[in-house]
Amino acid sequence: MKTVIIKYNAGNIRSVQFALERLGVNGTVTDDHEEIMSADKVIFPGVGEASSAMRYLKERKLDQVIANLQQPVLGICLGMQLLCKHSEENDTDCIGVFDTAVKRFQSPVENLLKIPQIGWNNITGLHSVMFEHVPENAYMYFVHSYYAALGTDTVAITNYVINYSAALQKNNFYAVQFHPEKSAEAGGRIIENFLNL
Amino acid sequence: MLTKRIIPCLDIKDGRTVKGINFENIRDAGDPIELGALYAAQGADELVFLDITATNERRKTLSELVTRIARHVNIPFTVGGGIASVEDVNVLLQSGADKISVNTSAFKDPELVDRLAREFGSQCVVLAIDTRFEDGDWYVYLNGGRVKTDVKAFDWAKEAVNRGAGEILLTSMNNDGTKKGFAQDITGQLSQHLNVPVIASGGAGNMEHFVEVFQNAQADAALAASIFHYKEIEIPALKTFLYNKGVNVRF
Repeated sequence: MKTVIIKYNAGNIRSVQFALERLGVNGTVTDDHEEIMSADKVIFPGVGEASSAMRYLKERKLDQVIANLQQPVLGICLGMQLLCKHSEENDTDCIGVFDTAVKRFQSPVENLLKIPQIGWNNITGLHSVMFEHVPENAYMYFVHSYYAALGTDTVAITNYVINYSAALQKNNFYAVQFHPEKSAEAGGRIIENFLNL
Repeated sequence: MLTKRIIPCLDIKDGRTVKGINFENIRDAGDPIELGALYAAQGADELVFLDITATNERRKTLSELVTRIARHVNIPFTVGGGIASVEDVNVLLQSGADKISVNTSAFKDPELVDRLAREFGSQCVVLAIDTRFEDGDWYVYLNGGRVKTDVKAFDWAKEAVNRGAGEILLTSMNNDGTKKGFAQDITGQLSQHLNVPVIASGGAGNMEHFVEVFQNAQADAALAASIFHYKEIEIPALKTFLYNKGVNVRF
């Protein structure tokens, strides 16, 4: 089995590679179209800013490559947001696999909301093969200022002032807002489930 | 619901874990990788590695250590100590660190915070402040607590957040090493007036101290070192205690 991690101008790629290593899987970091298209599993990670990431992907036509992938794809954090239709972060048109809007957390007037959300939050309403043997209310590690709204592709929910999509799934595309590679045993299980698809 | 975080801090010198009591009297308390993985398995929410090595070789040794940590530890971790440039941070993040913390270098060159936030995002920029209460207010200290400044901790924290710091790691020198509890007043001031998470540090001596800093001072996270290293408090027991006191924690 060949697993590739898409290389682009966003962080945390090394962490994903190490998480695969802990599961005994070698992840190839690449931006080569052929190599990505011929892989068995594709991971699209990322910590960064949406518009510069999209610009980078478009310049290399990686946005089209990703949109047309037929094998299982796992988007993580910014990777998930870029798979959505549009992000409020610098008004960015994204890849559009999920017909979902990405919005910024808004602080309620009466109290101060800390943005980004940083830390462990629970996920509920789990209904995807990604979450096999992951208990309802499992805690995952989140770091983000923007969130994907709830929609038909939502397969896990988290609350930070409002309910939003902790995970999305549509056909061969899987995506999580949290960092499974940093979410201890439960996060490792999600990556393992994805690799076993 | 977002949980309160428990963060063991591992001071590193020449690749080994040490802990300064009141920033002096350093004692060896084990191997950083083993200790980090152990804490992760016990339910620590994050780890902080603070490098206090002063030799020229330190940068290379540190990046190698960070890679080893990232390979073995499956929770987020921050690396701090002597970081002074975008390039330092780039190396550490590329090696697998999730966040970095800056202290003296950022105070001396506040634009470093802007540059780091712009380059890598606020989420990985932790501003560490060592502070001491004297003459009626909390003042910033530099160089591991050896150099006093006339800047108030609150003012510096606020400026750094405006420049892009994503979290504040606040250590009270008055409380550090005393085991008499965290500095609730300054922690509370920062936590309630800044829109980034505040990590309380210095003074943890018993489990009730964690309840106080979470519930009274509204800290987002609490950091401690020696009480964990010497097993005076074990993380699973601490989390159960917090849960029973109504503090939202991860199990």
